[in-house]
Amino acid sequence: MQNFNQSQIIETIEMIKIHHLDIRTTTLSLSLRDCCSSDVKKTASKIYDKILKYASNFRMLADEIENEYSIPIVNKRIALTPISLIGESCDNPDYVYLAKTIDKAGDEVGVDFIGGFSALVDKGFTKGDLKFFEQIPEALSLTNKLCSSVNLGTSKAGVNMDAVLKTADVIKQTAILTKDKDSIGAAKFVCFCNAVTDNPFMAGAFCGVNEAECALNVGVSGPGVVSSAIEGLDKSADFKEVSNLIKKMAFKITVAGELIGKRLADKLNIPFGVVDLSLAPTPNRGDSVAEIFKAMGLEMAGAHGTTMALAMLNDAVKKGGIMASSYVGGLSGAFIPVSEDLGMIEASKAGSLTIDKLEAMTSVCSVGLDMIAIPGDTPNSTIAGMIADEMAIGMINKKTTAVRVIPVIGKTSGQSANFGGLLGVAPIMKVNPYSSEIFVKRGGRVPAPLHSLNN
Amino acid sequence: MDLNKENQVIITVTGKDKVGIVASVSNALAQSGVNIEDIKQTIMQDSFVMIMLCDIKGMGITFKEFKEKMLLLSEEIGMEIWVQKKDIFDKMHTI
Repeated sequence: MQNFNQSQIIETIEMIKIHHLDIRTTTLSLSLRDCCSSDVKKTASKIYDKILKYASNFRMLADEIENEYSIPIVNKRIALTPISLIGESCDNPDYVYLAKTIDKAGDEVGVDFIGGFSALVDKGFTKGDLKFFEQIPEALSLTNKLCSSVNLGTSKAGVNMDAVLKTADVIKQTAILTKDKDSIGAAKFVCFCNAVTDNPFMAGAFCGVNEAECALNVGVSGPGVVSSAIEGLDKSADFKEVSNLIKKMAFKITVAGELIGKRLADKLNIPFGVVDLSLAPTPNRGDSVAEIFKAMGLEMAGAHGTTMALAMLNDAVKKGGIMASSYVGGLSGAFIPVSEDLGMIEASKAGSLTIDKLEAMTSVCSVGLDMIAIPGDTPNSTIAGMIADEMAIGMINKKTTAVRVIPVIGKTSGQSANFGGLLGVAPIMKVNPYSSEIFVKRGGRVPAPLHSLNN
Repeated sequence: MDLNKENQVIITVTGKDKVGIVASVSNALAQSGVNIEDIKQTIMQDSFVMIMLCDIKGMGITFKEFKEKMLLLSEEIGMEIWVQKKDIFDKMHTI
């Protein structure tokens, strides 16, 4: 007779029921490299058919697995090859048309988001990239599920500052076009330094050109599991104990992600890709990365010591998770999106968390400035300066960094933007009032940094 | 693939202790063709907890139908019932 361990079963159920352990996303990565053609209508129909071919039963099978294990799979998503690459071969490139087709396909198969409306311009623009950038705002304003991302720099190539400035324009324009919904369009757009090709999280998921035909990538979650475990520790427990505990919890969370991902990939009859072992919060109480800082002993997120707490958390999550999965990838670490994390929202309302502190935190977290609402009248050059700073952190530290800021048109600091659902509520944060204009308008490319003589 | 493991589920019943819990749950399992391999009961924080290891190989209905049936039963007897494939527990707690 097979045995079972009662306390392990109760612990697992508590993790799911009380501490919000869930599979944040199962993301079907799908290559569109065989969809190029000289006519945009033909390209669109090839893309539409391919999405339906691979994903028509995706939602149903994911629901089936969710039922078998009683562990919520919060989002089902699709990540496509960067559309700038696919649309470029068309004699009549119309990226808005492609965007609407992709959004329609996403609706048809019932996924929550569909990413890959993307361009990789870290070293420069092609003619197609330039046209693509012009059409991003309109594409995002006319679609619901579509997510867009651009890569502006890498540690090997440096940072394309022309693209940084254009990206700031894209963000502002998208915000203006969606101003009646608190500029939500900008929440579906992110720019990266060192973008990864197998990330399952939105808005930045795309299927890299080096990826296989298709794969299933999984993003796990569970900050509540970690914070409640740390709360259970004695206040005098030292960092060795705290770090070991985080590793143990990360291991358990990741195993659940790997199991669900593999089972779903089997059912879909496609290869399993990676587990992105990220702690991704939601705007629910008990599902917050900021609450982990509190559990560690900081009065509020943003207090001095927060960067260290985040660094240790990020590192321990990776150490614990890496043993639990055959392939770890994506962004892996701890996310700090402001509007999606109740503790972060509280901390920024209280004035404890500022953009400057968040920027410091991004040097040790898994990604970057994420879901931060700023005043709608922030100059484009200031947004570009913000992006440039974040790209610098990524480029020099050889890590992925990103910016997803939302200039909320018609609102200013002290007010809030409500995006609904997982995207949450964002208190609008103050930005530095001094100008970056002459600096960001210099253009060109910041040369690739030296990778030795480190200091 | 180990067919035997694939068919193993853990059923966890929790709530306030009362007469007839084991009887009603095991009766529902028998009706569905689910075989009970092991049962453990305990009291945790004033709650009755019963964990059953079951084999669903001979089950005459789909997994989804079975879960719906157990959900109905849980409402009927006022207890919380979780039905989960067993491998999640094996994997999460062992290296």
